[in-house]
Amino acid sequence: MRKDLGFRVGTGLFGVLLILIVAAIGFELARQSMLSIQKFGLGFWTSSTWDPVAGEFGALPFIWGTLYSAVLALLIATPVAIGIAVFITELCPPWLRQPLVFLTELLAAIPSIVYGLWGIFVLVPAVRWFQVALPDGLRALPIFTGPPLGVGMLAATLILAVMVVPFTSSVTREVLKSVPMAQREGAYALGATRFEAIAAALFYARTGIIGAVMLGFGRALGETMAVTMVIGNNPQVSASLFAPQYTMAAVLANEFTEAADQLYLHALTEIGLVLFIITLVVNGLSRLLIWSMASRSKPARVPASALPAAAEA
Amino acid sequence: MKTVLFRSYLHGVAVALAVVTAACGGGTATDEGAAAQAAGAKIQINGAGATFPYPIYSKWFDEYHKQHETIEINYQSIGSGGGIRQLSNETVFFGATDGPMTDEQLQAAPGPILHLPMVLGADVPVYNLPGVADLRFTGPLLADIFLGKVRKWNDPAIAAANAGVTLPTTDITVVHRSDGSGTTYIWADYLSKVSPEWKDRVGVSTAVNWPAGVGGKGNEGVAGLVSQTPGSVGYVELVYALQNKMAFGAVQNANGEFVKATTESVTAAAAAAANNMPADFRVSITNAAGPGAYPVSSFTWLLLYEAPKDTARSKAMVDFVKWALTDGQPFASQLGYAPLPAALVAQELTALERVKTQ
Repeated sequence: MRKDLGFRVGTGLFGVLLILIVAAIGFELARQSMLSIQKFGLGFWTSSTWDPVAGEFGALPFIWGTLYSAVLALLIATPVAIGIAVFITELCPPWLRQPLVFLTELLAAIPSIVYGLWGIFVLVPAVRWFQVALPDGLRALPIFTGPPLGVGMLAATLILAVMVVPFTSSVTREVLKSVPMAQREGAYALGATRFEAIAAALFYARTGIIGAVMLGFGRALGETMAVTMVIGNNPQVSASLFAPQYTMAAVLANEFTEAADQLYLHALTEIGLVLFIITLVVNGLSRLLIWSMASRSKPARVPASALPAAAEA
Repeated sequence: MKTVLFRSYLHGVAVALAVVTAACGGGTATDEGAAAQAAGAKIQINGAGATFPYPIYSKWFDEYHKQHETIEINYQSIGSGGGIRQLSNETVFFGATDGPMTDEQLQAAPGPILHLPMVLGADVPVYNLPGVADLRFTGPLLADIFLGKVRKWNDPAIAAANAGVTLPTTDITVVHRSDGSGTTYIWADYLSKVSPEWKDRVGVSTAVNWPAGVGGKGNEGVAGLVSQTPGSVGYVELVYALQNKMAFGAVQNANGEFVKATTESVTAAAAAAANNMPADFRVSITNAAGPGAYPVSSFTWLLLYEAPKDTARSKAMVDFVKWALTDGQPFASQLGYAPLPAALVAQELTALERVKTQ
C-alpha cells in the first residue's frame, strides 16, 4: 500500500491538473473579457452587430454560423463515417483493409490550411458551378437563395464534413471491433441476414458511435483555417447554404492580431469564452445522452427487428 | 531499477530547463545594451508590426547587416495593432504601423513616440471582368460600390466614368479583408474622405463593419477571391497587384484626373503632402491634391521611442533609419514600393535628432 501511494498520488495529481487547466482557461477567458461582459451583458449573445469602429459587438451571427456549419457537417459526415467503418470492419476484403485504414487516417493528418487552399481553388469553383446549375425553382427556396459566389455555408460544410469523417470513422471502427463475436454469432444463429447482423453490432456499439459522432462535432465546432478561407466571412444570420457567413473561430483568427483597443480585444476574447461555453455544453449534453442510452437498455440483447425468421418459425 | 529511471527523468527535465533558459535570450529593451558598448560587440534589436512593409524591411535589415556586421535587426510582421501594443508594453524596441497611433494610444505609452514614414504604399481596386480592361472609378463611385448601393456592373454611375466601354450586366460582388489590416485602414480612410455616407455609416479603422460583400484573409485571400469570382471587385496593396499581374482600375484624384497607381503617382501624392507636414508626421495622404497624385496612397511608419533607456540600441537604430531614408530608398522601388520625396526625407532627418542616442 505504501509503495503504491506515491503512484496513486502522482497520477491523481495529473488528473486534478487537467481539471485545473480547464478551469484556468475558463477563468482567464472571463477575466480578459470583463470590459465586454460589463458593457454588453447577455445582449452579447443575441446582438447581430459587429462594428469595431462604433464599439458595438454582438456574437449572434458567429454562434449561428458555428452551430449551423457544424450540425450540417455532422449530418453529411456521420453516415459516411459509419459507412466507412462498417465497410472496413465487416465487408472489406482483407487485402484492402490496411490501405483503406491508412488513407482514412491520412485525411486526419492533412493540415487545416491545406484543406483551406484546396477549398479555395477546387471546392469553391465546384460549388459555384453547382449554384449556377441549380434550376430556378429550387433557387427560390430560402435554403438556396443568394448570388452564385461559391464561398459560403455550403463550401464550409463540405470541407468540415471531409475533416470530420476520419475522426468519427476511426473511433467507430475501434468500437465495432470491440463488439464481442458472440453478438454477431448469435444474430446469425437466429437467422439474421448479413445486413441485420451488422445492424445488431451497430446497435450494440451505439454508445461508442454516439461518442465518435460527438468527437467529430467537437472538431467541427473549433475548426478555423479551412473554414475561414471558404465561408465568405460575412457576419450575418442566414439559413441559405449559399450565403457567406462567419464562425467564432474564424473571426478570432482574423481579427485578433490587429485589435488595438481594449474593448475590441475584450469582445474578441468574449467570443472565445462563448465558444468555450458552447463546446462544454455540447460535450456535456452528449455525455448525458450516452449515459441515458447506456443505462436505459440492456446492450446484450439483439433487438426484435433482427429476428424475423425466429418470429415466423 | 526505479532509481535509475527516476534519475534519468530528472536529467531530462534539467536539460529541457537549460535549453529553455538559454533560448529566452536577450533582444528586449533592457539595459544589457549599455554593457555591450564596446566597439564590435553584437547588438540585436527586435521590432514588430505591420505586414505590408515586411518585404522592404527584410531587405533593408539584410542589406544593412551586410554593411554593419555587428548589428542585427529582427522583425516580426504580426500586424499594425500588434506592433503598437508590443511597443507600448516595451517588449520590442521599435514598432511599425500602416495606420498612425491615435492620441489615446500615444497617451497610454510609457514615453513619447516618434512616427517616421519609411515608404509609401497604395491600395488599388482590383476587379474580375473578362474582356474589360482599364476601368475608371471616381471616389464616390467606389464608396457606393462598397456600401452595396451600386450592384451591377452596367450601372449608370460606372458607365458615366467609363465612356465607350461595354459593361456587362453581371452583379457586382464586393470582396474585402476579413482580417484587420493597414490596407483596410487606407481604403476606409480614402472612402470616408470622398463619401460622407461612408464616414457616417462605416468609419475608419483597420477593421470595419462592412455593409456588403465577402471577406478574404490577407491580401492573398482577397486576390484569390477576386480572381476566382467573375464580376467581383476588391482592394489590395499595389505591390501585390503588380506581382500577381492583376487587373486594377484608375481612381479619380482631387484634381479630377484619373490616375492609375504607379510608384511615381504614389510618390507624387506624398510630395503634395510634404508641404503641409505636421511635426509628428502623423498625416493621412489619401485623396491628395496635386498633379498626377494617386489618391489612395499612404505612408507606413516606423515607431521609435524618443527617450529610450537603451542608448546603444537607440544609436544603432537611428543610424539604420538614416541609412534607410537615404541609401535604402532605391531598394524600395525595386520591390514595388514608392520611395519618399526628398523634401520629406530632409524633414525626417531633422526630426531624428530628437531621439536620444547617448
